[in-house]
Amino acid sequence: MAMEVTPILLNAQSVDATTRKHAEETLKQFQEQNLPAFLLSLSGELSNNEKPVDSRRLAGLILKNALDAKELHRKNELVQRWLSLDAGVKAQIKACLLQTLSSPAPDARSTASQVIAKIAGIELPQKQWPELIGTLLSNIHQLQPHVKQATLETLGYLCEEVSPQVVDQDQVNKILTAVVQGMNASEASADVRLAATRALYNALGFAQANFSNDMERDYIMRVVCEATLSPEVKIRQAAFECLVAISSTYYEKLASYMQDIFNITAKAVREDEEPVALQAIEFWSSICEEEIDILDEYGGDFTADSDTPCFYFIKQALPALVPMLLETLLKQEEDQDQDEGAWNLAMAGGTCLGLVARTVGDDIVPLVMPFIEENITKPDWRQREAATYAFGSILEGPSPDKLTPIVNVALNFMLTALMKDPSNHVKDTTAWTLGRIFEFLHGSTVEVPIITPENCPQILTVLLQSMKDVPNVAEKACGALYFLAQGYEDAGSTSPLSSFFQDIIQALLTVTHREDAGESRLRTAAYETLNEVVRSSTDETAPVVMQLVPVLMMELHQTLEAQKLSSDEREKQNELQGLLCGCLQVIIQKLGASETTKYAFMQYADQIMDLFLRVFACRNATVHEEAMLAIGALAYAAGPNFVKYMPGFYQYLEMGLQNFEEYQVCAITVGVVGDLCRALEDKILPFCDGIMTQLLKDLSSNQLHRSVKPPIFSCFGDIALAIGENFEKYLIYAMPMLQSAAELSARAATADDEMLEYTNQLRNGILEAYSGILQGFKNSPKTQLLMPYAAHILQFLDTLYNEKDMDDVVMKTAIGVLGDLADTLGSHVGPLINQSVSSKDFLEECLLSDDHLIKESADWAKLAISRAVSG
Amino acid sequence: MAPPSHDLRRAYKRPAISDQQRRRELALLRQSQHRADSHHRARQLASSLLPSSEGPLRTEQEIEPEVEPGTEPEVEPEARVLDAPRAAKLGGAEARRWFARQIMLPEWMIDAPPDLDRNWYVFPRPAGKRCFVVSSNGTTVSRLRNGSVLHHFPSSLPNGARTKDKSGPSSSYSILDCIFHEPDQTYYVIDMVCWRGYSLYDCSAEFRFFWLNSKLTETGACNPPSTYHKYRFSIVPIYECTEQGLHAAYSGVVPYVKDGLLFYNKQAHYQTGNTPLALVWKDGACSQYLLDTDSKGQVPSQQQVVLELQEDGKLTTSDDPPHVFGCFDRDFIQKSGLRPGNLLRFAIRDESVRLVDGKMEISDLQFVGRSNRARAFADSHSKVLFQYAARHSPLRIEDLFACIRSSPTDEDGSNDIEMAG
Repeated sequence: MAMEVTPILLNAQSVDATTRKHAEETLKQFQEQNLPAFLLSLSGELSNNEKPVDSRRLAGLILKNALDAKELHRKNELVQRWLSLDAGVKAQIKACLLQTLSSPAPDARSTASQVIAKIAGIELPQKQWPELIGTLLSNIHQLQPHVKQATLETLGYLCEEVSPQVVDQDQVNKILTAVVQGMNASEASADVRLAATRALYNALGFAQANFSNDMERDYIMRVVCEATLSPEVKIRQAAFECLVAISSTYYEKLASYMQDIFNITAKAVREDEEPVALQAIEFWSSICEEEIDILDEYGGDFTADSDTPCFYFIKQALPALVPMLLETLLKQEEDQDQDEGAWNLAMAGGTCLGLVARTVGDDIVPLVMPFIEENITKPDWRQREAATYAFGSILEGPSPDKLTPIVNVALNFMLTALMKDPSNHVKDTTAWTLGRIFEFLHGSTVEVPIITPENCPQILTVLLQSMKDVPNVAEKACGALYFLAQGYEDAGSTSPLSSFFQDIIQALLTVTHREDAGESRLRTAAYETLNEVVRSSTDETAPVVMQLVPVLMMELHQTLEAQKLSSDEREKQNELQGLLCGCLQVIIQKLGASETTKYAFMQYADQIMDLFLRVFACRNATVHEEAMLAIGALAYAAGPNFVKYMPGFYQYLEMGLQNFEEYQVCAITVGVVGDLCRALEDKILPFCDGIMTQLLKDLSSNQLHRSVKPPIFSCFGDIALAIGENFEKYLIYAMPMLQSAAELSARAATADDEMLEYTNQLRNGILEAYSGILQGFKNSPKTQLLMPYAAHILQFLDTLYNEKDMDDVVMKTAIGVLGDLADTLGSHVGPLINQSVSSKDFLEECLLSDDHLIKESADWAKLAISRAVSG
Repeated sequence: MAPPSHDLRRAYKRPAISDQQRRRELALLRQSQHRADSHHRARQLASSLLPSSEGPLRTEQEIEPEVEPGTEPEVEPEARVLDAPRAAKLGGAEARRWFARQIMLPEWMIDAPPDLDRNWYVFPRPAGKRCFVVSSNGTTVSRLRNGSVLHHFPSSLPNGARTKDKSGPSSSYSILDCIFHEPDQTYYVIDMVCWRGYSLYDCSAEFRFFWLNSKLTETGACNPPSTYHKYRFSIVPIYECTEQGLHAAYSGVVPYVKDGLLFYNKQAHYQTGNTPLALVWKDGACSQYLLDTDSKGQVPSQQQVVLELQEDGKLTTSDDPPHVFGCFDRDFIQKSGLRPGNLLRFAIRDESVRLVDGKMEISDLQFVGRSNRARAFADSHSKVLFQYAARHSPLRIEDLFACIRSSPTDEDGSNDIEMAG
């Protein structure tokens, strides 16, 4: 039943488009007409050593794509399709694949490895293909190195595809034994050793039990450390990658190896080739991140039973680690500031130094200061840049007490360097360092201000001047200004920036118009800084912000007028539109927040809305998102008057709600529906059929990113609150969805934190929906329509309480829903409420909460219940 | 299989968070705060009777939709963070501001509502000072529309005097909407807002009037004055707005001087600020005050209106949203020393008035001067319109009777829309 596919597969890679297309078409038809035969033909092709390697490789690739896809729902379809294939067909395909592992053609072996892993990923969780791992392990004992290599590669891929739970410990032990043996220095073939080292990287997640056993762990660590000394650079790199993975997975098991690891990494950083040295630095960065997380979580307050204790590896290594990292800073590349993709020893070392500073705080300062002092005035730009970068790197972590005196001394030097240093590298890093100074040591929470009325004018003059420098320096100057402005966000009614406000705005606008603003992200930085400057504006400077509105509107208008653009130009145009919409959004929000400025601003509302609608005509996700956010802010400012824009806007709202692929746009649009509900209240009614239809479709879709679902539920509540009893006709659709989502979320298996966080978001969304619906129907003659749902809602609340894993936000919303239920349904639900746990233990617990918001909601619930029960 | 090395690259000389992400987060924050506010607002009415619980309750600011943005720009935030029981204990300027925002203000009847005979009550409005009467903690205070205290006195209202009669916790309070009638020194109760700590804000007028009639007399508040009861309270006769009801309200004898008729929609809640669900109507026969008087008590030859000066020079009514009748330019404002929030009196010439879609437009406002300092609000649009109509083609009592007689039986067609999806 197989068919001769070789020529078709070769034609499908032809340079001739017609031939290619025809071949692709034929393959597609074949697949649709007879899937089992199609897959058999492909596996036969892949395993046949007589066939050209090109057709074998493509056959393997098509097989792989028939088993897996990026999108989750498509992936699930393919999994189901494979599982439902005839067992004989599957067995035949698998036999071909395993056979290919012995092929002399490396490409065929490698492709087969990946396909086997994909099938394992589907079948092992179903307890199918139990003999696979045994078969693979028996290959290991074959003498031919290429079979061994292919088998180790397969085991590696398999560990990547399959979760550790589905493989029993006995098999794990055997896999690890085979892998670690393959890594051993006694292994003669470098290919086998490399494949084994890479396989270990993926298998580490399976080695939990083995890492708990001292002897086994010692053995694995010894082999990994030996592999870092292999003569093959690729093996050394792969071995360090294993060390990095071990540092985060088995941090708490590392104590006895740290001295050795330090020696190995220090040698690699100083002597080895760059890819290896980078991984060696990465090991320390990774340890820093582990310790930062641990210290964050416990705030340095350890008890014997803390989950993961902090071993203070960084603190102990500090005297040797810091000099090693400082050395790397001197190994800059000439053009690294212009090259966005650059990543080299100096960059990795500086980044690691910053992480070290965050890990140990004050202790790093005395170790770095001598290096700075020695190098900052040297004639070689590398030394001045390295010194500046070292300074910038340690600004986050140490206390302001420790840093402020140093910064006060350094500030003038920095400002001068930014103006006068002959090296762009030095200027770039200096501007970045100034930004870090303002980010971490300036603002309303800082006790001793770095920026004073005396030095503020000079700082601003230098920064504005520097914004005329080469793009990468100007971009960093904008960044510094961003943080400078941010520090004044809570400054109150008068800000030290006020007297320079006009100049700052003008300078930033000038930057956005620079010919070379497309380089080094300069234009984006200028607009983002403009946003921050607007956010930090005060009543005094509101008129200047108001003047910005027509300027930005004109710019946006011009981008919309541009004709006949190349795709490259269009992309740039879209980016600019996104920036302009973003900036307008910030302005609308700022001016809309105060009654006085709001009225003045609203004179532009018609024109702005018109521009936004035209922006939607351009198909670009980022721009849509920005325009949508801006419209949400506008609706909030306009209130019920926004209704006049609805006829024009509605189609784009609907489009946004339908945007499954760019789920951020969908999520933002859902949020804007909430804004509209609150702005328009019952005037939104004529649009609700369409909106509700889209939202219900979104919820039923398995294509839509799950993060959008909680806000959709909240949005139900917004709509119900806005239209009141008119929500009646949506009840039969919305309530069952809420009900089943509630059941799912109440008892979600919440093993990991991320899942628990999502579950709580979902619960909160569902509860907000209930709250809005109940309040929306309050005092309506149709209140009775909600009676059938009361028991379920109470049960949901009871389950949530009993599960004991809700967060404070959910707790507050949940107890509020209890009150809403009592408030709206009154005495009809009195008996039901009295029977619930929620009205007793849960309510009691909330009434005693330290959280003001929870307590407030609980007070409300208590009151509403007492009325319902007594009335 | 091996980790792609660029994944390990970290942000180099870049801030960890992008401004775009920040914009997104700020928008989400704004939305969730506003959602919380909406829920809060929906719950606030009932919350206002929480017996002085610990922890501040943000109820006051939601009770009152901003009737007049800009009138009190200096309100300090603390004054807005209050609940009704605390408000009952307030003194001074804060209490004035709070109470000034609590009264339901009827619109003036321009047209008779089509469902007048089915869904409305009518009663003769006593002439006098509209006020809020609050009794709690052994004392009674009445406050005028602008929030200033009229009387501070003992009364037989619940907890209205320091007597031994305790029928509930002394902190429980009652709030009545009254008109103080000078000639017989009586508080005529036209609405009940809270009773013994029980909020009636969210109850229908039908229920409030029922409760008022059954509860007020129980207390002895309607008895003649005595040591612990300085002023008499009285209810007013409330009629269904049928032909007979309207007739009784219009021509019936009452112990007080009438000042027009009040119409209350039966389903309407007690809504603070201007509401079209309560209406006032007058003619020369049932009111001495059909036409507005000026500060000297004279009816001026030209109609006068009181408007509020806004920040941007606009001259607006007290409605929400405000109706703009005109505008001052900046020069004039500066020269005259006027400030935003000032209430100003204007004369209007008849020929400068136009009616467009039921709204009044005035092409020429003649500035007369500042209004009486005791005023708290500008005129509402419906009042200006009613006054205009009263001078030209008034809505007559015959029109109201005609409306009741011709009332269609049922005209609310169902306009439900089916879900498309």
